[in-house]
Amino acid sequence: MAMMAPLLKYGVFGDEASLVVAFLIGIGFGFFLERAGFGSARKLVSQFYLNDLAVFKVMFTAIVTAMLGVTYLGWLGWLDLSLVYLVPTYLMPQVVGGLILGVGFVVGGYCPGTSVAATATGRVDGLIYVLGIFAGMFAFAELYPLLKGFYLSGSGEAMTLPGTFGLPYGVVVFAVVLMAVGGFYGAGLLEKKFAAAGE
Amino acid sequence: MNPYLAGIGLGLVLLAAFVLVGRGLGASGAFNAIIAWAVNLMAPEHARSNEFIAGYLGDGSSSPLKSWLLFEVVGVFAGAMVSGLLAGRAKVTTEKGPRVSVRTRLAMAFAGGVLMAFGAALARGCTSGQALTGGALLNLGSWAFMMMVFAGAYAVAYFVRWQWR
Repeated sequence: MAMMAPLLKYGVFGDEASLVVAFLIGIGFGFFLERAGFGSARKLVSQFYLNDLAVFKVMFTAIVTAMLGVTYLGWLGWLDLSLVYLVPTYLMPQVVGGLILGVGFVVGGYCPGTSVAATATGRVDGLIYVLGIFAGMFAFAELYPLLKGFYLSGSGEAMTLPGTFGLPYGVVVFAVVLMAVGGFYGAGLLEKKFAAAGE
Repeated sequence: MNPYLAGIGLGLVLLAAFVLVGRGLGASGAFNAIIAWAVNLMAPEHARSNEFIAGYLGDGSSSPLKSWLLFEVVGVFAGAMVSGLLAGRAKVTTEKGPRVSVRTRLAMAFAGGVLMAFGAALARGCTSGQALTGGALLNLGSWAFMMMVFAGAYAVAYFVRWQWR
């Protein structure tokens, strides 16, 4: 079978149809976020008090599932991984941005995707959080002339872990799977410990 | 739902995005698109002169609202609502611990949203576009970002615990 995915890049459908696909994919995304319990800020922040590590479990199960999927489809020659968009790496802004975002997560109780799921299921704090995102985005845009230097610091190239560390792709995939499985085991132990310690 | 089952479901949705359109999931980009649209509507000169906003306006031939991520996020809203209604979890309420007033909790939610937006803008993505999507693609910057999200959250969790318990 010849290489034919990503379907959009191979012209199987066009840009207009891709917006319909976006909506359908979003429905799946929102459905599973809500099913995981992530429409609730208390459930989400439990990750950071160690009594419910669902955020870690769901996130890493999803990462491993999609990673194995693209890896196998690539090996079968059905998916051209070089046509899948990689956000360029600007290491320092991404490190600092990650720290700020992590603080925002535990202060506000959500991240952007989960705040939309929370708003959709009636959480007032989710809606206020969404308004906070708009305010923050507007402020960032207005301050952009000042922040531009830092925002653009770094290589700005598409970089991967295998490429950076000179390891075969399959080896890194295997290492991530091992790390996830070890993490799931550790998460179970932590939950037992912190559930026993009480809230 | 069992977290591992939900994770597999989420992973398959992400895989479908890779296979169908050659990109992953996202959320914060949709907010950027709306801000770009709104600023352009109210002050078009100002929007054009701001590089960050101009990036979302493109050559002006199509509306910034015609954004892949915005359509996806509208889907997230619909999908979460369907799931919540089916499970009987959809109700108007404020998520908080017993020791904090609704007003304080909402102020914290707003502050968290502002911080989140700043972080996501700097990092070029949030937990969806960077951690989940870039994580599965073994993106270097995404993995660095993901570690720092957990580091930042664990570092301040103790100081805001009054909000939750």
